[in-house]
Amino acid sequence: MRFEMGTSPLRQAQDIALLEIKDLHVHFDVYGGTLKVLDGVNFTVHSGQKVGLVGETGCGKTTTMKSILRILPMPPARIPRGEIYFKAQDVLKMGDGELRQVRSEGISMIFQDPTAALNPVFTIGQQLGAVVKYSMEGKKLSKKEIRERAIIPLKEVALPDPERMLDSYPIQLSGGMRQRVCIAMALVASRELLIADEPGTSLDVTIEDQILRLLHRLVEEKNVSVILITHTLGVVRETTDRVYVMYAGNMVEVADTEELFAQPLHPYTRGLMDAVPRLTGGGIADGIPGRIPDYLNPPPGCRFYPRCPQAMDICRQEKPSFYGKRSGVSDNHEVACFLYQDGGKGA
Amino acid sequence: MSIVGLVTVLLIVFLAVFAPLVAPHPKHASAFVDFANASSPPCRTYPFGTDVVGRDILSRIFFGFRFSLVMGVVVLALVVPPGVTLGLVAGYNQGTWLDTVIMRITDIFLAVPPLVLALAICSVLTPNLFNAMIAVSLMWWPWYTRLVYGLASTLRNEFFVNSAEAIGASKAHIIFREILPNCISPIFTKMSLDVGWVILIGSSLSFVGLGVQPPRPGLGTMVADGARYLPDQWWISVFPALAIVVIVLGFNLLGDGLRDMFAAEEV
Repeated sequence: MRFEMGTSPLRQAQDIALLEIKDLHVHFDVYGGTLKVLDGVNFTVHSGQKVGLVGETGCGKTTTMKSILRILPMPPARIPRGEIYFKAQDVLKMGDGELRQVRSEGISMIFQDPTAALNPVFTIGQQLGAVVKYSMEGKKLSKKEIRERAIIPLKEVALPDPERMLDSYPIQLSGGMRQRVCIAMALVASRELLIADEPGTSLDVTIEDQILRLLHRLVEEKNVSVILITHTLGVVRETTDRVYVMYAGNMVEVADTEELFAQPLHPYTRGLMDAVPRLTGGGIADGIPGRIPDYLNPPPGCRFYPRCPQAMDICRQEKPSFYGKRSGVSDNHEVACFLYQDGGKGA
Repeated sequence: MSIVGLVTVLLIVFLAVFAPLVAPHPKHASAFVDFANASSPPCRTYPFGTDVVGRDILSRIFFGFRFSLVMGVVVLALVVPPGVTLGLVAGYNQGTWLDTVIMRITDIFLAVPPLVLALAICSVLTPNLFNAMIAVSLMWWPWYTRLVYGLASTLRNEFFVNSAEAIGASKAHIIFREILPNCISPIFTKMSLDVGWVILIGSSLSFVGLGVQPPRPGLGTMVADGARYLPDQWWISVFPALAIVVIVLGFNLLGDGLRDMFAAEEV
C-alpha cells in the first residue's frame, strides 16, 4: 500500500486508515417497499490520500458520503448493516457529542449545488461566522474576531473584495463565487478529510476548471485528505491518487489512478471510459445501454449483469466479491467481477 | 387594496388606543344610564344612535375595538410560538416517533370544529374575556403547527440544512437559525390573516355571552344586546356588526397584501 506522510501527530498511526467503510448497507423505506440502495460498500481513505469516486447518477455516491457524516434523513433511510470508521472510531455508534466533534473538526463536505448549499436568508458573513463559531468548540469569540477569522478563508479562495462579500447575500453572487464561498466554509477549520461532492457539476466548464484547480491547490497546501466525487473522468485522472468505481450501490473496481486508466478491468469501468465523448470527433460514444436497476427489486447476483456485455451464468446467481488483479500486476487493483475469479487471490 | 387594508388597520388601532380622547362620550363605555336619550336613532349628537339605556353606540364601538384587538394580539402571541416550534420540531424529525406524537395530537385538535371546541371550553370556565382568549388559543395553535410542519419537512432536505449539519451545528441551531428564518414570511402572512378570524371568533363568543361581559362594550356583546330590538331599532345591532366587518376585512386585505409582497420577493 502506498502512503503519503502527514505532519500532524494524529497521522502517525499509519496502519489505521483515516476513513474506512466496511460492508455498508443503506436502505430507504418508501411506500411499496424498501429501496436497497447501498449493498455492501467497502471504501478506504488513508491520510493525505486523494481518492476519486466515479459512477453514474443515482448509483449511491452521495448516499455513501452522507452516511459518513450521518446526515442522511433517517427515516426514511436506515443502515441495517455496516461500519464506518473515522480514525478507528465507528461513526455509526457515536453519541451526539462525538459526532458533532467529527463534523466540526474532522470532516467537511462541499455539496454539488452551491446555490442550495447556502441559506438564502443570511449573508455570507453570518453563515461563515456560524462555521467559525462551531469549529471553535468551547472557545468564545467576539463578533469582531469571528469576522476577522471569516475573512481569511475568503481570501484563500481568491474572492475579490472579501469585506464586501461578507455582507452580501447568496443571491447577489454568481455560481462560481458561491462555490468558492462553499469551499471557504469547508476550509475554515483545518480538517483532516474533505468530501467534495461534484463541486463543479452545476457550473460552466471554465468556472468548473477554476474551482477544481483552486480546490487542488488548497488541499495540497493544507495537506488534507480528499474524496472527490465527479462525473468527469478527466478530472479524476488529473487530481486523484486512487479511484473507486461505483455501480448501483456497490464498489465494482478500485485501483491507483494511473493503473485504472491504463488498464480498466470491470466491464462497467470500460463502458464508462468508452462513453466519454472525444474532442477529436468520431461521433457520439456508445455509452452503456440500459440504466441503473430498480432499487426496489435489484437483480440478484451482480447488479450489473443486465447491462453487462460479458455476463455469464454465475453473474445472475452470485454476487461477486473483490478479486485481486490477475497475476503479474500490482496488488492495489481490485475488481468485483467473476471474469477475474480464477486469476485472483480470492476475497 | 392592501393599502386600504393597512389604512383601515392603522385607523382602528389609533381609535382603539386613543378611545378615551376620540370617543364623543367616553363615559358611555361602561355602566351608564341616560333614559332620556334611550334608543335614539342616529342624529347629530349620537351619529350611530344610542342603545336601550341611552349609551352612545359610536363611543362604545371605539372601546369595543380595544377588546377585539387585545383578543387578536394576545391569542396570536399565545398561539404562534408553541405552534411554530412544534411544527419545526415535528417537521425536522419527520418520520420519527416525535413527528407522529406531535402531528397526531395536532390532527385531533384540527378534527374538532373550532367554534364548538371554544364554546365547550368557555362554558366550563367562567365566562370572561381572558377565558375566551384561552379557549380560542387552544383551538388555534394546530394551524400553525400544520403550516410550519409542511415547510420544515421540505426545508430539512435542503443542502444548506445538510451543510449546517455537516459542520456540526446543534439541532437548536438548525431548527431556529436555518429552518425558521425560511418560514417567516408564510407565518407572518398567516398571522395577519388570522387576526381577523380570531376577532370574528371572539365576537361570536361574546355574542353568545361567553366573551366580553356587560357592561363592557364587546362588539359581539353589543350585537347580541341589540338583536332583540331588530328591525325597529336596527342601529343598536347593525353598527357594531359593521364594525366587526370592517376590522376583519381590514386585516384580511392587509394579509393578502403581505402575501403578495412576500410572493413577489421570491421571484
